[in-house]
Amino acid sequence: MSQATLPLPTEAAPAAKRGASTFSRVMRYTLVRSVALFATVVVGVYLTILIANMGGEVDKIRKAFIRDNVALSFMGDRQFQQLPREERERIIAEIITVEEHRLGLDRPFLLRSFGFLGQALSLNLGRADLLTSDSGSSQVRLILLERLPPTLLLFATANFLNFFLSIFMALGLSRRYGSFLDRAVIALAPTSAAPGWFYGLFLIIIFAAVLGLLPFGGLVAAPPPKEPLAYALSVLKHLTLPVLALVLSTIFLTIYSWRTFFLIYSSEDYVEMAKAKGLPSGTIERRYILRPTLPTIITTFALSLIALWQGAVVLETVFNWPGLGRLLFQAIGLYDTAIIVGSTVIYAYLLALTVFVLDFVYALVDPRVKVGGEGAKV
Amino acid sequence: MKALRRALGEFGRYPSAIAGVVIIGLLILVSIYTLLALPLPEAIAKWRGGEEYWAEYPKTAAPVWVNWFRARKLPPTLVESTADGSATKTSEALTEEMTDIQMVFDVNYTYDAFPQELSLFITTNYTSKPPLLSVTWLTPDGREIRVGEFTPRHSDVYRFSIDDKLIRRLGGIPPEQGLFIREDPSGLVLVKGNYQLLVSAVTFEPGSDVDAKFVVYGQVHGWAGTDHRRRDLSIALLWGTPVALAFGLLAAMGTTLTTMILAATGVWFGRWIDAIIQRITEIQLILPLLPILIMVGTFYSRSLWLMLGVVVVLGIFGSAVKTYRALFLQVKESPYIEAARAYGASSWRIIFQYMIPRVVPILVPQLVVLVPSYVFLEATLAVLGLGDPVLPTWGKIIDDARVNGALHQGQFYWVFEPAALLMLSGLSFAMVGFALDRIFNPRLRGL
Repeated sequence: MSQATLPLPTEAAPAAKRGASTFSRVMRYTLVRSVALFATVVVGVYLTILIANMGGEVDKIRKAFIRDNVALSFMGDRQFQQLPREERERIIAEIITVEEHRLGLDRPFLLRSFGFLGQALSLNLGRADLLTSDSGSSQVRLILLERLPPTLLLFATANFLNFFLSIFMALGLSRRYGSFLDRAVIALAPTSAAPGWFYGLFLIIIFAAVLGLLPFGGLVAAPPPKEPLAYALSVLKHLTLPVLALVLSTIFLTIYSWRTFFLIYSSEDYVEMAKAKGLPSGTIERRYILRPTLPTIITTFALSLIALWQGAVVLETVFNWPGLGRLLFQAIGLYDTAIIVGSTVIYAYLLALTVFVLDFVYALVDPRVKVGGEGAKV
Repeated sequence: MKALRRALGEFGRYPSAIAGVVIIGLLILVSIYTLLALPLPEAIAKWRGGEEYWAEYPKTAAPVWVNWFRARKLPPTLVESTADGSATKTSEALTEEMTDIQMVFDVNYTYDAFPQELSLFITTNYTSKPPLLSVTWLTPDGREIRVGEFTPRHSDVYRFSIDDKLIRRLGGIPPEQGLFIREDPSGLVLVKGNYQLLVSAVTFEPGSDVDAKFVVYGQVHGWAGTDHRRRDLSIALLWGTPVALAFGLLAAMGTTLTTMILAATGVWFGRWIDAIIQRITEIQLILPLLPILIMVGTFYSRSLWLMLGVVVVLGIFGSAVKTYRALFLQVKESPYIEAARAYGASSWRIIFQYMIPRVVPILVPQLVVLVPSYVFLEATLAVLGLGDPVLPTWGKIIDDARVNGALHQGQFYWVFEPAALLMLSGLSFAMVGFALDRIFNPRLRGL
């Protein structure tokens, strides 16, 4: 969903109970919070496992797949063909049983789903069924790690660019509110309704197909250049279009939201007061506008960082970018549940961790929020 | 009522909002036209059909309007048939059994580019002895090129482009070009003018007859162009409109309304109901929507309506619950709620008649702004190959175009048309939503 909503800051907590020492209060709060978040992660991951396994349906497909493979492996075997019929069936059934036992398919699904949950939560992500990493390993962890850097590179670049550009442009616009540029940004804000891949198509048409300036997709040129500098340049060239597509698809709406947000804050009485005192506008912006909006800014930034994990599945597919998003799509196409669950687990953990850290960061930057106070439930 | 009229008056102050309403109106008109002119079963049958519908259509032909921007005009498809009288046919009995049939196809070729293909569709009736056909091509400058002789089956297609003998006779040049050129001192040039295809047939049975249809496949076709399977894109472009509107509106309404009711219920009853709703919302936060939709699409069914259901179910507990909850917490403390409770209104009455109407001004812009994201979600799923298997939609055109290398081969119309429609519908809803947001949200008024 490209519709950016500005999250509300957590409700301000009333003063803490008298008597309780700060340390024990913080400890209790931390404990309660982490237990609650962990429970959330467990439920979320289990739901993913259930959906990914179609309530056991995937197993049927996998069993049929094993049966086919075993039958196929004996196709060209003369000696085997000459055995009597019962003998042949017995051998095949035996191999299938061994194979199913090896993959753990002989236990009921419900039981295995809990085993799976335990493994997933302890980040023991298991082995992929079909997909492998470039080095040939089928360890889910290795596959995910291999696909992580391209995704991080792409989305971190786009997000940082988007974040800083929008904050500074928004500050500038809120100062020159009503100017031509300001009205242009307002008019352009609805263009963010389209997702990144949509702009990607147009960028590919313009810069790759018509002008021939930039490549259609991929991470580096083939074959990859040997020298590090040339390699980096090649990656940069391939990175330009997807990053541009991502930035284009969000920047105007983000600028618009921040600008409006800053405008609302700059009409507060204390800002008027500061202006009346004759403080320089830089100081007013830093101390009187940015400071109170810091919690919201941090939340938005943290949440956008998490979104890296999700990647834009389609954007990576359109640009042939070898990241997590495309991996997820490949995995789903091949019914590779281990990888699907793996990436969701990591996503869930990251989100929970960020929410956890955010609670504390809020307390640091927002004096109204006191950690562990009554009613500090998010 | 007065408030509504004031809101409408204010709405008129935003030109972008008016433009948005006009576009939405046009899209609705297109939808109505589509539903009336091209019933769904017919559209699906055509879209999934093959030769029986599309044999006379060129492959990946650009729309006609590309000629407006080109100095060298591309040819449209020219069809001449003896069955409907657009070509002349004369027959003359030679003996009791043999008949000589002469068919003349006049082609007035005035375009600056070669046709895409040439085909002769032949239908004959005979019991045991098929007729013999000989085909000759006359150019405007008076040359006569022998195309070939053959005996067709009952219903046959002679494709010029894959006739090796003809290609050899033309010096290795593909017939759709070789038949239209002349050797000049400056090289080979395209000759414009009146061409003639002469088909003379001899039948060997009494009552045996031959009819033929000559198709000069063009490089442009219709207002929408065609795709790699010769299908006219206008079908999918037209049908994409009601599908996109329905999906976007239903998904937006489904998620916004249910979320609102849920948030109001949670706030009003409080305690464990509220707590449960809060916890489910937190779990929903870590359930990734798109991957789950992809999973549902691959494992269960790709039906658009199932996808819609999943979107709504996952959206019910979306993060918007938190926003609405904050609003309702304020509303709950209002004196008029107190008053309602005092006269003995039931809980549901208070929720539906007192609390929810209060936040409608915030709900409406949110709902409208959400529509484009769902319109694009449908396209996103289609681009991932998870589009509805039967419905022709905009997203599926983009997917077809991408998979068949339209971007690499310069068939930009193929991507551009559905993309423009997507953008248009997305923008219109977004513009209206933004304006509504600024009208209904007093803090944004004047900003």
